[in-house]
Amino acid sequence: MKTDPAGVLTGTHYLDGDFACGEGAMAAGCRFVAGYPITPSTEVVERISRRFPMIGGTFIQMEDELASMAAVVGASWTGTKSLTVTSGPGFSLMMENIGLGAMMETPCVVVNVQRGGPSTGLPTMTGQADMMQARWGSHGDYELIAMSPQSPQEAFDLMIDAFNLSEIYRVPVMFMTDECVGHMTEKVVIPPAEEIEIVPRILTRTPPEDYLPYRANGNDVPEFARAGDGYRFHTTGLTHDERGYPVMSAECQEKCVHRLINKIKNNADKIVRFEEEETDGADVVLVTYGITARVAQMGAQLARERGVKVGMIRLIVVWPFPEKRIRELADKINAFVVPEINYGQIVLEVERCAGGKAGAILVPHGGGGVHDPNDILDAIMGAVK
Amino acid sequence: MSTVMEQTKPATEEHPIAPYLRMDRIPHIWCPTCGIGTVVKCYATALGESEVDLDKVSIVSGIGCTGRVAGYMKLDAFHTTHGRAIPFATGLKLGRPELMVTVFSGDGDLVGIGGNHFIHAARRRMDLLVVLVNNFIYGMTGGQNAPTTPLTARTSTMPYGNFEPPFNLPHLAASCGATYVARWTCLHTRRLTRSFKEAIARKGFRFIEVIAPCSTLYARLNRLGTGFNLMQFYHDNAEIMHGADPSKVDIGYQDKIVCGKFVDEELPTMLELMNAHYEKTLGDKYVPMSPEGGMIHDPDQSRDREEVAASRRDD
Repeated sequence: MKTDPAGVLTGTHYLDGDFACGEGAMAAGCRFVAGYPITPSTEVVERISRRFPMIGGTFIQMEDELASMAAVVGASWTGTKSLTVTSGPGFSLMMENIGLGAMMETPCVVVNVQRGGPSTGLPTMTGQADMMQARWGSHGDYELIAMSPQSPQEAFDLMIDAFNLSEIYRVPVMFMTDECVGHMTEKVVIPPAEEIEIVPRILTRTPPEDYLPYRANGNDVPEFARAGDGYRFHTTGLTHDERGYPVMSAECQEKCVHRLINKIKNNADKIVRFEEEETDGADVVLVTYGITARVAQMGAQLARERGVKVGMIRLIVVWPFPEKRIRELADKINAFVVPEINYGQIVLEVERCAGGKAGAILVPHGGGGVHDPNDILDAIMGAVK
Repeated sequence: MSTVMEQTKPATEEHPIAPYLRMDRIPHIWCPTCGIGTVVKCYATALGESEVDLDKVSIVSGIGCTGRVAGYMKLDAFHTTHGRAIPFATGLKLGRPELMVTVFSGDGDLVGIGGNHFIHAARRRMDLLVVLVNNFIYGMTGGQNAPTTPLTARTSTMPYGNFEPPFNLPHLAASCGATYVARWTCLHTRRLTRSFKEAIARKGFRFIEVIAPCSTLYARLNRLGTGFNLMQFYHDNAEIMHGADPSKVDIGYQDKIVCGKFVDEELPTMLELMNAHYEKTLGDKYVPMSPEGGMIHDPDQSRDREEVAASRRDD
């Protein structure tokens, strides 16, 4: 279906990535945002808090990120699309209720404008070191979706996709941007509302007396009942059966957690998004994401000038990881080169999928800036030696 | 030949609060002589006697013994994370403003790990009814010290007696901005029910503290007898003082318990303040969230939903 035009600021704009995130969320139909100020993400909620009163949305500045994430999960149970925005230290605090969102199967989007860490780290400077935290940060076993835009335009476009995926799979989606993308200002084209396709969660039509909140009926995702529609359902962060009732047993745990994992794993082909260039016949393939993808372009170009066949895979969805494609390429190429603004996170996943058939070479960066393209070039040249 | 015993007639009448409970989850997990069930009964009775549409009532609990209350109520019920019932409930209320949202949880959950959320929800006069069952101890985890444990009382982590001064909860709630503050014990079932009814009819941040016996841990560790002895203690030591100064109602170890309604003020709530402010500053440009929530599609447009379902099956 088409989105609600009220939230769509159709036109050509000059926006930074944070503002573009906010516009994307409003265009996607998000009408509840809870957040706590943190650099370099605050502009997202500043944008939203200015526009929300005019489009039927509610923003609340909560007392901390624990509360923000809890409020977002709560609001989503009313059917209102919900978002929170943060950076590293706040992301750590949100992990508790991101787990609750995963367990209760609550659609919502969490923006992390990454900065340098650990701890307070580099509040005003970039990083990409929360990528593993996005996947594994909350305790226990679960799967979720994480995306990484490389520009303000993509921050806008991808945000609509993020909401759609979160609604379809009833899962929190981590929107892993970074300080560079968040604070760079570029042209952003916002299309008319009738060109923005949104996919809302399926609201159940089963009568309340027959409804079981966690019966998936052979699908991967159960139908949703909103609070206030007369279903009088129960949901819990405890291991639960189809009724949403706690059951403390290994059998129930197996069923409950298995489905949480499988609904993403079984649909990975539909969720995975990446861009690929010049991988045919390549000797070296760069695997990159976010701002680093743009820097890596320069590294690839310099290597091509030196006659090296360099391909590139740019991860748009990072989790689930495009395992299949990396495995296929590993059979054909010499090595993957993985530049990222951390000391080796996504490279581990590349290495796992490459399975020893191709090298996986990390180009690390501690954060606070982006790579020197020459460092990426050196890694590529080293890989073809 | 065996004697045929006359069979006891099966109960023909339903328990008056059965319609409000998930009877398929009974028996509950609470210990014999625990006070939480009494509080649930009073709340359910008050709901039944109030003119509220139960389809629009949500109940949110955190973690702990009282944290299980949401799980037994036949309402839209949310058993959330430890300490986060209030912010979760805040999201529910703001996401669909027509809902009546009750938070039902324990002292450790709401003012220990969740203390920051408690004071801020009271400050912003968030439209929530917060019911706090205070048994002076962490029950679910086995009797550890709570922010409400009276001075000198023994707990499993203060085996030589508690030396940290506890919260005076009515004072905390009142000083942060609660619009309705009352305290009762589990013995005061009629007064507590009346208080619930009153609070259900009010708006803003309404706080009811209920002192409840925990004979398995608090009474056992302090050799205070059973639940019955604690109820007798409430009988002999509870003092009803409506309008008492909340700053003077703190609870000492085996000391008198001041009960009553301490605050009942009509003040604009968070949502009223927000709406009034935006109407004033933005005029016609203000579009408040619909009472049913910020849906961007009509949930009754089943055609849309069929299309969505069909397109998903095609994938």
